[in-house]
Amino acid sequence: MSQIDAKPRVALFVTCLVDLFRPSVGFAAIKLMEDAGCIVEVPEAQVCCGQPAYNSGDRKDTAAIAKQVIEAFEDYDYVVAPSGSCGGMIKDHYPALFAADPEWQRRAEDLSGRMHELTSFLVDVLKIQGVQTAPQDVKITYHDSCSGLRELGVKGQPRQLLDSIGGLEIVEMQTPETCCGFGGTFCVKYGEVSTDIVGRKTADITATGADLLLAGDMGCLLNMAGKLKREGSPVQVRHVAEVLAGMTDLPAIGESK
Amino acid sequence: MSMQVTTQNFEANASKALKDPNLRKAMQIIGGPMASRRVETARELPEFEALRDEGVKIKNHVLKHIDLYLEKFEQQLTARGGKLHWCRTPREARETILALCRSRDAKLVTKGKSMVTEEIGLNAFLEEHGITPVETDLGEYIIQLAQEPPSHIIGPALHKTREQVAELFEEHHPDYELPNVPGIKAGPRSTEPQVLVTEARSVLRDTYFRADVGITGANFLIAETGATVIVTNEGNGDLTQSLPRMHIAVSSIEKVIPNLEDLSTILRILARSATGQEMSCYTTLSCGPKRPEDIDGPEEFHVVLVDNGRSEMLGTALEPLLRCIRCGACMNNCPVYHSVGGHAYGWVYPGPIGAALDPHMIGLETARHLPNASTFCGKCEEVCPMRIPLPDIMRWWREQAHEKRITPPLQRWGIEAWAFAAKTPWLYRLGARVAIGLLNMLGKDKGRLSSLPLAGGWTDGRDFPAPQSASTFMSQYKASKKGGLK
Ligand code: SF4
Repeated sequence: MSQIDAKPRVALFVTCLVDLFRPSVGFAAIKLMEDAGCIVEVPEAQVCCGQPAYNSGDRKDTAAIAKQVIEAFEDYDYVVAPSGSCGGMIKDHYPALFAADPEWQRRAEDLSGRMHELTSFLVDVLKIQGVQTAPQDVKITYHDSCSGLRELGVKGQPRQLLDSIGGLEIVEMQTPETCCGFGGTFCVKYGEVSTDIVGRKTADITATGADLLLAGDMGCLLNMAGKLKREGSPVQVRHVAEVLAGMTDLPAIGESK
Repeated sequence: MSMQVTTQNFEANASKALKDPNLRKAMQIIGGPMASRRVETARELPEFEALRDEGVKIKNHVLKHIDLYLEKFEQQLTARGGKLHWCRTPREARETILALCRSRDAKLVTKGKSMVTEEIGLNAFLEEHGITPVETDLGEYIIQLAQEPPSHIIGPALHKTREQVAELFEEHHPDYELPNVPGIKAGPRSTEPQVLVTEARSVLRDTYFRADVGITGANFLIAETGATVIVTNEGNGDLTQSLPRMHIAVSSIEKVIPNLEDLSTILRILARSATGQEMSCYTTLSCGPKRPEDIDGPEEFHVVLVDNGRSEMLGTALEPLLRCIRCGACMNNCPVYHSVGGHAYGWVYPGPIGAALDPHMIGLETARHLPNASTFCGKCEEVCPMRIPLPDIMRWWREQAHEKRITPPLQRWGIEAWAFAAKTPWLYRLGARVAIGLLNMLGKDKGRLSSLPLAGGWTDGRDFPAPQSASTFMSQYKASKKGGLK
């Protein structure tokens, strides 16, 4: 369905970190999908995908939260999240959560089939070649967030979209696929280890000489931005959706006007 | 009685490791060269992924019928003059080995590398009973001198720098003089790996001949032929098992595989995953003791088969762990392991495989940190030749800890309170509004906070980016719709 006749109805899964920390990513995602010909809605009943509970071993609460999410997104053609981590949670882990409950498992699988990460939705589902955004003269480097990369196969899609913007130069790090050490509650529970891991990452980022670091997940971005800023680095940090949508007038992550 | 466990102190161990400059220097090799060699050799073998699938199939099949394959192995081994000793517990295994050594009146035992003997605490036990074990694998030899446990399952001394090794050698064989080796510049305490290897070899040479018993591990047991298989890069295993009059191979039960063809399949992924070699330098199959017509080999050949909780794993969520072929790829590629090294894990098996296996072997209460101290980045599962779902198993342990209330109360309450809010959207939104408003206010000037109560774990080493605005996406979105923007 490369030429979509009826406009698809897409629900945006905002993700809690975007909701709380970076609303502009939500608006950028809406703009990108509307530009690509979708009708985008944001169901109000959504809260969080349940990862904090899931990865803390609280399966019961996770299932309750997952049921809420499944219900909130039942009527849409597609559900899209500007995050590989929440996308992976819903797509990969929800069906497994309900192994003992066939009715909910069916509904979880149905949602799983309609769930996509933002850049992969634009490229793999909508088959858009690029974005219509004014040229931006900047040198960027891209961090492949673990869940997006390993659970959803997000790798080439953001780069292809970025390539379509004139003026951008992508310089790859030595270890774009290595974890930044965020890991949800890990970053606080094992703060010292997490800081060390992100320190190796920022060394690699700095070595590229890029002006701007991009990724597709707010968790990683907050972590890497926090470390870069502590180091006094001038590298700016943004969610890839902001750059793709040309919404770079707002201060970068961890910066003020 | 087995190896001293410090797993319960993971946080302190990790913290100490992070401040150890030698360890940090030594660990660079793992994340760098070791990890990238794996990628290169795997890429050069087009059927690598297919071989992995095949390996998984072989192991899954064996695990379904493990009793049959072990019996077959025993039959074949016995037919070739070897003897199998079934041991449920570490204690049974230790005592069996001691009795065997005593039957030969042994004083000196050479050892090839074996993780199971670490698991059962064999060396300390033998020493207590007047028998001296000498490790012959270079890495094992180094840590034996240093009186440390291994920090990696294939490179036990990977945590040591060359300088540290040279110092240890100086301390333990001060009179050693480097023989004339062509191409190597003699210098009393060179830190060149080749020189150090040569030194260890010549110091050990005489031990091989003096040893009464040779103890090795086994990478595989071949059911069809009753052979034990060891894979090494130094050849020390061969000397250990063929020179003394008695050879004892210590193996855990899951090492059994059906036949030689399966062996060749798994060998092709083992070395590539482990060290990035196509094959290890030595792969040695032992089929029983010396026959009358053989010119060398041990007079007696024993296989000590250790269960130590493994049969309980069959048919549970932990069963996939029994596919592990101890290649070490998961630790070579683990960001947490790169930071803290193997000793921080506090028991025999470190890294992701340890995080998934140790709670079963030493108790969840003792090992509760390990399955938690992971970012769930998924790299370990990506590189594991046996496709063991390590993160899923760690999560399973977290669930057990949550259910059994082993998780620290504060953490559990935190998650339960959060989950309660997440199940009650109005409450969640209210809480979010308050928190975001506050954080935004505190971090407004710089766009970030350099300290934050209750989040010291984060802000000790990083700033905390402030929320972009005082209101959430949801409230901004709603407001924009009300304004007719739609
Ligand atoms: S878990 Fe997998 S990667 Fe780790 S040692 Fe075992 S086989 Fe190798």
